Amino acid sequence: MTPLLELINVDARYGPFRALFDVSLSIQPGAVMALLGPNGSGKTTLARVASGLVRPSAGTVRFDGTDFSGSETYEFARTGIFHAVEGRSIFATLSVDENLELALGRGRSRTEVSEAKDVAYALFPRLAERRNQIAGTLSGGEQRMLSLARVLAEQPRLLIADELSLGLAPIIVDSVYETLAHIRDAGTTLLIVEQHVGHALAIADEAVVLAKGSVKYAGAAEGAAAYSTI
Amino acid sequence: MEKFLSALIEGMSFGGVYALVAVGLVLAYKTSGVFNIAFGAQAFVSGAIYYQLHNRSEWPIIPAFLLAVVVAAPLVGAALDRMLFRHLRTAPPLSRLVVALGLLVAIPEVVGLFFKVTQATQYKGIVPGGEIVYRPLSGVAITRDDLSIILSAALVAIGLTILFRYTSLGLRMRAVVESPRLTELNGIRSDIVGTTAWMLSSFVAGLAGVLLPTVFQQVSVINYTTLLTAAIAAAVLASLTSIPIAFAGGIGLGILQQFVSRYLPTGNVFASNVKPSLPFIVLFVVLLFKRSLSYEQGLKDPLAGVDPPPPVPASAVRSRELTIGTRIFGFVVGTWWFYSVLFLWNDIWLDRTIRILIYAIIFCSIVVITGMAGQISFAQATFAGMGAFFSAQIATKQGVSVIAAIFIASAVAAVVGALIGLIALRRRGIFLALATYAFALFFDNTMVRYDWVGGGIFAIESQRPVVGPVDFARPVPGSTTRDTAFLVLVLVVLTLVGIAIIWMRNGTTGRFLDALRGSETAAASIGINATKARIIAFAVSAFIAGLGGGLLASYKIQFSSLDYKAELGLFWVVIVVTLGPRTVEGAIQAAAGFVLFQEWVLPTAIPWLYNHALPFADITAISIGWQQIFFGLGAVTYAKHPEGILESNKTASLTRVQGLIDRFKSRRDSEIETASV
Repeated sequence: MTPLLELINVDARYGPFRALFDVSLSIQPGAVMALLGPNGSGKTTLARVASGLVRPSAGTVRFDGTDFSGSETYEFARTGIFHAVEGRSIFATLSVDENLELALGRGRSRTEVSEAKDVAYALFPRLAERRNQIAGTLSGGEQRMLSLARVLAEQPRLLIADELSLGLAPIIVDSVYETLAHIRDAGTTLLIVEQHVGHALAIADEAVVLAKGSVKYAGAAEGAAAYSTI
Repeated sequence: MEKFLSALIEGMSFGGVYALVAVGLVLAYKTSGVFNIAFGAQAFVSGAIYYQLHNRSEWPIIPAFLLAVVVAAPLVGAALDRMLFRHLRTAPPLSRLVVALGLLVAIPEVVGLFFKVTQATQYKGIVPGGEIVYRPLSGVAITRDDLSIILSAALVAIGLTILFRYTSLGLRMRAVVESPRLTELNGIRSDIVGTTAWMLSSFVAGLAGVLLPTVFQQVSVINYTTLLTAAIAAAVLASLTSIPIAFAGGIGLGILQQFVSRYLPTGNVFASNVKPSLPFIVLFVVLLFKRSLSYEQGLKDPLAGVDPPPPVPASAVRSRELTIGTRIFGFVVGTWWFYSVLFLWNDIWLDRTIRILIYAIIFCSIVVITGMAGQISFAQATFAGMGAFFSAQIATKQGVSVIAAIFIASAVAAVVGALIGLIALRRRGIFLALATYAFALFFDNTMVRYDWVGGGIFAIESQRPVVGPVDFARPVPGSTTRDTAFLVLVLVVLTLVGIAIIWMRNGTTGRFLDALRGSETAAASIGINATKARIIAFAVSAFIAGLGGGLLASYKIQFSSLDYKAELGLFWVVIVVTLGPRTVEGAIQAAAGFVLFQEWVLPTAIPWLYNHALPFADITAISIGWQQIFFGLGAVTYAKHPEGILESNKTASLTRVQGLIDRFKSRRDSEIETASV
């Protein structure tokens, strides 16, 4: 079976700083992969390569068998990859409604957009209450809700979730992971970047552990726990 | 009542012009995140093309309009976006302002290469029979041209409001301004959206460009830039976000101006001064009292980290040996230069050297405010002017010694500088820069006219100082004495200023300013008083500018307000930013560039090189406008090289030399090792 996402011998750098060294990984459709590792190990860079934000300086990125190595970020997005970036992943100057409209508006008619928005609001009634509020004034948990709401409404083929639990209260983290489980059940493949190993391994089938920009472990999620102290 | 109505109607037609430009500014800021101070310059491009086609080549209105506004203007916008602003989407707002400033300086001169601005009069507008007058009521008159302006402004405002309220394109443009990368993650091509935004705002600029000249009957770039200030006031009133408010503000300002000019008593100095400077006063007041401007508009892009980190300054890459080497080199060049000026070269070079040193002092003030405090001030020429005017007044009228007078005048400038720093405290970045601009224009248009400042209708003169036995008097023509005493004086002052700046940079204030430049919030959290540090920076900077300005006036003896015009201040910022805003060395380079480029490089050096390299070619001189083009385009590189292009090239060559030294050293070390083995 063709892997959904495949990285082959990928190197990545920011100016003079090299962040990834010869990294390879592949995710099967429908799988949930946890990407683990300490601070500065290259997790976020790997997520950015997978969504086209950072172009690899060497190596190949394939999505569903097609080569995407030199493609622009929007081309990644249009094939069905959604990347919830670390920290703020919504537009802080736009309202909640405008954020959803921007995310769901492409390729849909006006009525389809409002239907998709209704789906999102039905899933997160809290967002419906704040539909006209500027998104930057939402709480951290609500901002995460907003970026997941669009994922639920659209069902991308691959969701890359970078540090979704960062800065959230434990009870909110639990609900975020419940939502991720819903998204998986609906057929979306997941790549979860996480520092908190326990949560991520509980949902993941496979795991990749990075350290200093190289792959230290790749395989079943159960086997990764031994590396979690890296 | 008749008077009231006619003031209202005439105010509206002036206001229509302001409104159109204000709406254009808001549009540009909303859709590209650039405070497009070059908007007037862009408008001028279309105005010039339209004049060339319709007036001079006698094309009919419609094809001339289509080419100038519908084709050329968006093309200019697309080119600017592709070449410049596209690479600046994640740069801080202030860098983008500097780039726009560079364009403001360069574009009119580029247009001037093709378009003869002189005698561009008898302008014919975009409606046939524009001079036809309608009289809807008795005593009220409005021309067809005026109506075309009001109608176009209203149509543009309505169209853009609809665009932002009801279409996805408006939404996408706003999203790209906040974060082009987040937008791309939503499957939207941010580069196309960004280019479209630039084409749209340039179209509005082009439309303004062909409409405005009907008010003045001629095409001249000065009219465009003057209008811009009033439009800025209306745009700031709209917090740079609301198009309807910008439109209403523009119209309102036009009406206010008419009322002021008709109802204020004539013959009064204050009244006659207030009228031309009304837009600046309004801008200043709006900046002061509008609370919503407290926040810097536009948040940091959450994905800014994807860009490679900024380059390090030259001083960071060189080792101790190389530092000593550069210093020796600098010392040798300096000594050679002064030896030549004193003993070999003629008086022209002595004069140039003195002026370079004086401008270096003035430019040091820009190093403090821009290089160290990270703020852009457009009022440096005004502070220099205060040093000049006040020192001349004190010295001539009170009989105080000139040196003391210059210090007193600089202290006054410092107090005013501190006040502006204090007043504009909660205004950051763009709005702070605009407040300084408003102040500079206000000083230019109002204060200078008073007897006790600029001498009113009488020009004022400064004097040469006498310190103890040393008389710095200007040598009598034909005598054997030269102006060397003054050279020593300015050299001493520059050295003291340089030492003070280095001392300040390495001291607490400098570190505080570094911290504030990095992150104001983080700096405040470790107990740094941002207010105090910024006020000190403003005061010191204004003081240094005042010193330089006073010295320049004393050197020239006869001086005029033209030496200290606000527009000149803009150019100074551009030139310092181009040639190195971080160091005293950079200020000297900028001063040398400012003086020599116009007087020596363009008229002498380049033709000489050209004629000797290509014997068949023959050029005698190159248009002075190239100075503006050269440095304007230099400032455009600011966002990529915030340390200045000269500095960045220096870093590059130093890195190379350092590499050679390291290689030499490692070879020597290995030889020593093998020898010891």
